[in-house]
Amino acid sequence: MIVHQLSVFLENKSGRLTEVLEALGSERIKITALSVADTSEFGILRMIVSDPAKAKELLKERSFTVNLTEVISIMAPNEAKYYAKVLRILSDLDLSIEYTYAFSVGEKSVIILRCSNTEEALKALKDHELDLLKASDLYKL
Amino acid sequence: MEIWNRHIECMDRQELRRIQGERLRETVERVYFNVPYYRNKMQESGLGPESIHTTDDLHRLPFTTKQDLRDNYPFGLFAVPMSEIVRVHASSGTTGKPTVVGYTRNDIATWSEVMARTLTCAGANRHDFIHVAYGYGLFTGGLGLHYGGEKIGASVIPVSGGNTIRQLQLLVDFGSTVLACTPSYALFLAEAIEDARIKRDDLKLRVGVFGAEPWTENMRREIEEKLRIKAIDIYGLSEVIGPGVASECLVQDGLHISEDQFYPEIIDPVTLEVLPEGKTGELVFTTITKEGLPLIRYRTRDLTTLRYEKCRCGRTLVRMEKCLGRSDDMLIIRGVNLFPSQVESVLLEMSEIKPHYLLIVDRVNNLDTLELQVEVDEEFFQDKISQLQTLRQKIQTNLESSLGLGIRVNLVEPKTLERSEGKSKRVIDKRKL
Ligand SMILES: [Zn+2]
Repeated sequence: MIVHQLSVFLENKSGRLTEVLEALGSERIKITALSVADTSEFGILRMIVSDPAKAKELLKERSFTVNLTEVISIMAPNEAKYYAKVLRILSDLDLSIEYTYAFSVGEKSVIILRCSNTEEALKALKDHELDLLKASDLYKL
Repeated sequence: MEIWNRHIECMDRQELRRIQGERLRETVERVYFNVPYYRNKMQESGLGPESIHTTDDLHRLPFTTKQDLRDNYPFGLFAVPMSEIVRVHASSGTTGKPTVVGYTRNDIATWSEVMARTLTCAGANRHDFIHVAYGYGLFTGGLGLHYGGEKIGASVIPVSGGNTIRQLQLLVDFGSTVLACTPSYALFLAEAIEDARIKRDDLKLRVGVFGAEPWTENMRREIEEKLRIKAIDIYGLSEVIGPGVASECLVQDGLHISEDQFYPEIIDPVTLEVLPEGKTGELVFTTITKEGLPLIRYRTRDLTTLRYEKCRCGRTLVRMEKCLGRSDDMLIIRGVNLFPSQVESVLLEMSEIKPHYLLIVDRVNNLDTLELQVEVDEEFFQDKISQLQTLRQKIQTNLESSLGLGIRVNLVEPKTLERSEGKSKRVIDKRKL
């Protein structure tokens, strides 16, 4: 299903990630997943958190450039072949994946991905009977 | 389009040059014999009044600066006895003494004439109501507009600055058609009109004449949209005469200089060489009819470009570009002159960013380096690395092609760049020379 991911622009400066986490911590926001994409000059912090709207406000107040992005979350057994299957379904439809990351919960893994066409991707994944995680379930993990 | 003084404003350029030369000769003679300061300076350079025949000889004369006016405070550069002076204005001295200017009766007539041209340039005539919200007093803005407005026969409303509530009431009740004030006050008024829920149809405003401070094309668009008027840029400085030195016409493509009164040159602010047409540099004026305070090659510190081709409005008077900034802000990078305002105008043309930037100049291994930090705008920020990298590359390419200088662009978080009262520090020069 569609999940709102928190995306934050960060300069490559020490201490900035800490400030983000402290800001979220001040309101007891939980983090389900976190990933950082970076270049030599700047980075983008991507997070699945318990209350994305509130988290966005908290960071905006502290002058961070922040946005909510729609991503897809899928629950599958944590074997490589399931991850491969997801990617194959999308590439067969010529849908490009802008980025993806995953984390494990016991025997299962949660795959987060951002695709060039979210709706088409969702439909295809549903047709293949993949277990699409609802936001409310994901935030609780 | 009406033209106030068709004879002068549309004059054949060769004829104009002849008149300018004649008036320059008379001016040089007058300052040589009546102002000890100019006589000494000319003698030091081995020049006499007979050295100057045409405007081509002008470059031989020394410059005058604001400091020279201060050194001769208050009346030392006046070229007539005080009994001939009928008006004195002064500019506030934020640093040191104020700059004092004096006008003879003829100077006031000249000023009214050039202001009449300015207002006619903006499309105003005797049927208009001109709401003058420039300050009246020592500042030249209010009275300059006032005399010009009366000269064209318009109904002048001398509101002066301040008391916004009353300004709004008068704008509505009197049905003013022309607004004269600083561009920032025009924006302020536009917001006040919105807040007061005054309907646009209750206003008869058609055009605004705005000057006395630098403003951008973006500000112009904003004023024109919010007030639904044509926003005309006017230029002047009290040392030269006040408002009326130059004005845009309704074509809005450069400001026509009343060069039969004020002869313009563009110089390189470092080498002080006169630059050819089309080059950007510091604007220098020689007043060629003024009696009270004639100025020879007065350095305005304003940066602009001159264009001599005939305008679509029919005027042949030379046009100056909207001022680009101040020459005091100029940087020299690897021998190339760079003005922060040039960077700003490139950024303003790009919709993906706001012009919040910081230029950092440094010298590494004897080579000047230039770094530009630009804030990432929230409205544009998506979470794709490639999008940010494309943006960064685009800013860099646009700057390099416009400035002719290699520049390293870095995207930074907002508000990282210090801001205080809307004015931010734009340049850090780390070079130790
Ligand atoms: Zn014109």
